Amino acid sequence: MQETTDRMAIIAFSGTVDKMIAISTLATGAVAMGMEVDIFVTTWGLQAFLKGASQTNMRISKDFEEFGPAMMEAMQARKMPSWLDTLKQAMEFGDIHVHACSQTMELLGMSVDDLEDIVEDVMGAAGFIGRAQESKIQLFI
Amino acid sequence: MEQVAIDKEVDARGSFCPGPLMELMRTVKTAPVGSTIAVLSSDPGSNKDIPVWVAKARYELVGVFEEAGYTRFVIRKAH
Repeated sequence: MQETTDRMAIIAFSGTVDKMIAISTLATGAVAMGMEVDIFVTTWGLQAFLKGASQTNMRISKDFEEFGPAMMEAMQARKMPSWLDTLKQAMEFGDIHVHACSQTMELLGMSVDDLEDIVEDVMGAAGFIGRAQESKIQLFI
Repeated sequence: MEQVAIDKEVDARGSFCPGPLMELMRTVKTAPVGSTIAVLSSDPGSNKDIPVWVAKARYELVGVFEEAGYTRFVIRKAH
């Protein structure tokens, strides 16, 4: 029996820790529900995916930045895994494809080697829109 | 109260969303078909997620037991 898998498409634009946590949690929920996930990492999102950045990135959305330290402390106290570890764990349960935005890479002189190994490939806007067209859920985070 | 024989118990109390569900999924993944698995969760979000996932994955939700401060879900890996 041929079953088409529902897809979720996430555009990871912001790069702040709070939003990266949201992305990895939502991706986890998606694979739990049997969906495939495509994540297009663009603009500041790529900063978050730089090798090792998940350990040092402390940026929080500007509007709530005073909550940042308390949130980080709470996460450490509860031994919450980093967004990157949550995403890697989710990859054990389903297909999650992470694509780097070629425009941002070019603009900021970045190479795929600068990014975490879970980044699968580099993609352009049209390519990602092609994937997103076939998806059931689309998110801009 | 009927006593159900459990093959494996996952104690996810204190862990919060998506923790308990992920621990349950991990345990179910490696368990033999026909196993009965119990997961203990104190997280309200997970307590909603777990039955939804069990239904979606077409496993059997044998029972949901409210204990003091947590919920015990008993699942059978039906396939």
